Amino acid sequence: MSAIAAARGRAYVPLLVTSALLVAMFSAGSVQYEGFFSGQVLLNLLIDNAFLLVVAIGMTFVVLAGGIDLSVGAMAALSTMISAWLVEQHGWPPLLVIPLVLAVGTGAGLAMGWVIHSFEIQPFIVTLAGMFLARGLCYTISIDSISLTDPAYVAFAQTRIALPGGLFVSPSVLIAVGVLVIAFVVLHYTRLGRNVYALGGNEQSARLMGLPVGRTKIAVYAVSGFCSALGGVLLTFYMLSGYGLHAVGLELDAIAAVVIGGTLLTGGSGYLLGTLLGVLVLGLIQTVISFQGTLSSWWTRIVVGGLLFVFILLQRLIVGRRKV
Amino acid sequence: MPAHPARQPVLEAHAIRKEFPGVVALDGVDFRLFPGDVHALMGENGAGKSTLIKVLTGVYASDGGEIVLNGRPVRITGPLQAQRAGISTVYQEVNLCPNLSVAENIFIGREPRRLGLVHWSELRTRAARLVASLDLDVDVSAPLNSYSIAIQQLVAIVRAVDVSAKVLILDEPTSSLDRDEVRQLFTVLRRLRDQGVAILFVSHFLEQIYEICDRMTILRDGRVEGEYAIGELSQADLVARMIGGELAGLEDLSGRHGPHAEADAAPFLRAEGLARSGAVEPYDLTIRAGEVVGLAGLLGSGRTEAARLLFGADRSTEGSVRIEDAVVTLPTPRAAISYGIAFCSEDRKTEGLVGELTVRENIVLALQAARGWLRPLSRARQDEIALRWIRSLDVRPDDPETLVRNLSGGNQQKVLLARWLITDPRLLILDEPTRGIDIGAKAEIQKLVAELAQDGMSVLFISAELEEVLRLSHRVGVLRDRRLVAELPNDGSLTPERIMATIASGAPS
Amino acid sequence: MTKHRLFWPAVVLAALLLANVVFTPDFFAIRIKDGHLYGSLIDILHFGAPLILVALGMTLVIATSGIDLSVGSTVAIAGALACLHISGAADPASPATVLGAVALALGVALVLGAVNGVLVARVGVQPIIATLILMVAGRGVAQLVTDGQIVTVTSEPYKLIGGGYWLTMPFAILFAAAVVLLTSLLTRRTALGLLLESVGGNPVASRLAGIRATGLIGLVYLFSALCAGVAGLMISSNVSSADGNNAGLWIELDAILAVVLGGTSLTGGRFSLGGTVIGALIIQTLSTTVYTIGIPPETTLVFKAFVVIAVCLIQSPAFRAKAARRRARPGRGTASRPLTPENTEVGA
Repeated sequence: MSAIAAARGRAYVPLLVTSALLVAMFSAGSVQYEGFFSGQVLLNLLIDNAFLLVVAIGMTFVVLAGGIDLSVGAMAALSTMISAWLVEQHGWPPLLVIPLVLAVGTGAGLAMGWVIHSFEIQPFIVTLAGMFLARGLCYTISIDSISLTDPAYVAFAQTRIALPGGLFVSPSVLIAVGVLVIAFVVLHYTRLGRNVYALGGNEQSARLMGLPVGRTKIAVYAVSGFCSALGGVLLTFYMLSGYGLHAVGLELDAIAAVVIGGTLLTGGSGYLLGTLLGVLVLGLIQTVISFQGTLSSWWTRIVVGGLLFVFILLQRLIVGRRKV
Repeated sequence: MPAHPARQPVLEAHAIRKEFPGVVALDGVDFRLFPGDVHALMGENGAGKSTLIKVLTGVYASDGGEIVLNGRPVRITGPLQAQRAGISTVYQEVNLCPNLSVAENIFIGREPRRLGLVHWSELRTRAARLVASLDLDVDVSAPLNSYSIAIQQLVAIVRAVDVSAKVLILDEPTSSLDRDEVRQLFTVLRRLRDQGVAILFVSHFLEQIYEICDRMTILRDGRVEGEYAIGELSQADLVARMIGGELAGLEDLSGRHGPHAEADAAPFLRAEGLARSGAVEPYDLTIRAGEVVGLAGLLGSGRTEAARLLFGADRSTEGSVRIEDAVVTLPTPRAAISYGIAFCSEDRKTEGLVGELTVRENIVLALQAARGWLRPLSRARQDEIALRWIRSLDVRPDDPETLVRNLSGGNQQKVLLARWLITDPRLLILDEPTRGIDIGAKAEIQKLVAELAQDGMSVLFISAELEEVLRLSHRVGVLRDRRLVAELPNDGSLTPERIMATIASGAPS
Repeated sequence: MTKHRLFWPAVVLAALLLANVVFTPDFFAIRIKDGHLYGSLIDILHFGAPLILVALGMTLVIATSGIDLSVGSTVAIAGALACLHISGAADPASPATVLGAVALALGVALVLGAVNGVLVARVGVQPIIATLILMVAGRGVAQLVTDGQIVTVTSEPYKLIGGGYWLTMPFAILFAAAVVLLTSLLTRRTALGLLLESVGGNPVASRLAGIRATGLIGLVYLFSALCAGVAGLMISSNVSSADGNNAGLWIELDAILAVVLGGTSLTGGRFSLGGTVIGALIIQTLSTTVYTIGIPPETTLVFKAFVVIAVCLIQSPAFRAKAARRRARPGRGTASRPLTPENTEVGA
């Protein structure tokens, strides 16, 4: 029975490591830097990374199903671009533009999922094409950045919601947390969510068990498309501009957050909570580096790369042992 | 337990016919399955077992005949529809999701829900109840991959039975289970049988068939050889009916090279207690220079597994190998090749040839691999080698630049043989080299093997066809249920019947 | 003729080149000025040289059914190291300094390649994931090397690598041509190409034929990194500066595209170096064309997206089967079922 307990525990190992890492980093930061140990620093992590969290949630669906989506950064950039373009240059109301943007993202995800499923092309290459297309479309709208001055956007961007104890968050944080909760329910309490896990566990088996493999596969890319569009909308609030060079490398950050959060890149195992922790780790790295002052921003990438390395080796270890 | 003719069969198949280009896989097969029976489907390679199962489960559409389920003719269009109609299949490779919990694996796709959301506690309770009803000690909330293959198989059965409890097809469920696990499986099967489930059981292990089954249907060459109650047929009769074949004219052929085995020649290779857990039990085998040793046994008896250990294709877990009296380790095929061992796999497509490379490239591959990439064979030399072997083995088409995947099975086999022959091996292991190839090519390959041995090469020859084994071998090792049970000298008195009897009884006769 | 594997890539390239004549009548003109060759074709070759190199390395990686996403980062790191070494040297113009810089850059590139190779071949990490690590971290390392600045160098010998002329031709073209030649000799005159194709085409059969895949796979990642290192030197030399952030940005994607366009399948096996060169030239010509037509150059991405999808669809067996079925349908009534592997397979 202890072997079974061990096997069950193993799925949580990366999650524990990530939590420990988060606590260690936060404690070290608190000891090292004045003003680090505050609730607001933690909340700022969420404020600054709300869009990343939303995008990473979509990525979690795809990775759990055994796929990968490289188009999320470009799709987020395209969302900022369409929003800024329609609102600023065509005077469309934001309440119309935002649903439209979300529909575009979801549609693009649906289309990529359909191509991946029905023509059996590797997700990597299809979403790469999606990435090219979305970035290219940004530039056909405009080469330059379009700044947003629409009062509704500005007001939303500046809104702060007070919490007890003098703390505050932005509306984006609430949206991101809302998405997290909904995604959690979908993944753990609906057939779609369970099928995602089954698909990532063993596609052949899922098919033989009569699960709707094709529909599930298309659905995860649609979810990822929706999440990257929504991430793009949040990014628009954060940046107050639309630009084809926004969110360059966001797909890497999202994948890193998912991996550091303990989701296996081969699919079938992982938790949304882990993705949240992964996003917080990425944010905390940035915070530490900005508190340090002498370290430059590129250290973020190096540290993230190093963490990826460690976690991927950790995954190999876990999966490798499982095979024996 | 004899049949109860009064009972209605739950599943009947009449005159099932299935053709593939150039092959009639099933030719007017009649088959019936009674509720509360465990029914064995027996047959050698190519007899049509898998095809029949695939027709019954809707993987293949039959070209003729009808299937009657519960007295009503049905058209089965796919595995899912078969499942809904009441026919579930559990395969040798467990087709469940290892990452999900046992409970979820039983219920996924049909989870109990409340307000549209999965009702977890209800799901676990029901799963626990199902598992308990079969006396299994399994924690249903643990992930499936924390259990052994045997338990996973049982979970697959629990799922299958719960989805549709009329007909359960088990395709080689025991091939990776140990003795205790088989016992556990059988306990569950008996319980299901007593509940009235009809079970179709496919296995290569004769003992298991006789232990668990009530009836059996024997297929040979796509036709039904007969349906028997288990007590009607001895194991020897069963083996004879499965293998069958025209034994006429064999005497003079076996006399050709059999006896003058060079019994006093120095052993080239000697395996001592060689084994791999879960694949083949410890065995001793000596192969002398210029000697052809045949391995006989039913499919799944461990003949391939035993050979793979000698080539380093799988690592042995115990025992040792001596080559010319020196103990060697064979961790990889490369190591074995360096000792002059060559191996033609029975699975030409996935383990032998590289389909998108040309005939010439496939022929030189092993020799080139042994030389390393820095010592290439010149193109002229490659062409010369390829052409010489294409000619001497009569490979068609004779263009060395044809892609290997476009060749017929017999010609592919010749290419694979050529690949190894140019490495000038001292021991050639041939696993089913004549399977699925036409008569002409078969005779040529047999002749070649005899000639090679005469020239001093050792050959380990594995085949399901006993005549062929007898015709070529100086000695015949017989495997049964993963054990090498006998080694019979081919001294002229050895007949296919004696080999069959040995396979059936597990002891030399 | 159309059967030849390079036929369609060559047709696409020729069509693209011809299309340019519509917009630039003197597109094919090549002039000699100051003993140097000038012209649009020379430009395409010149600016395409780094991509050709990176794609060459990528071809061998893809032949083993792998992928190397880290080449862009390696390009940036190699350029950054070389420029830093030269700018910090006492005599930036001395050949010794430049040789030292080149050796340093390529040495580090080889180390990076070795990391990828070990992760893929020994640890057994999926190639896309293993090289993703370096793709993420590498940019940071490059910026670390240059301290986030753009390091400019003034060194004649260094300028030669990417921006100089030799025998009337841009040196980069000659060098790339030499590497292409050398690589094809290395793969086709030794048995390397055969063994790589075998490992990529059927790993199980290759193992049973005695091929040691670990070393070969390690080797291709080393080679890919080396090619990327040289490309990094060329790019930084051409602009006499190293930009850790933007040098070689997205070149991995262009390289993969070039390989696929050249007819090498992403699933591994048969590869074509000639096809890859043509593929790289198609991409470079596309960029040039878009530029001369006056469309914003960034929109080439849209074209690339469609090209990627088109090529992948053509390579996809599932797509071909569906297209064949559609074509078969008009012959009404006959309803001939296509021979897909599923319904031709003979049951044992």
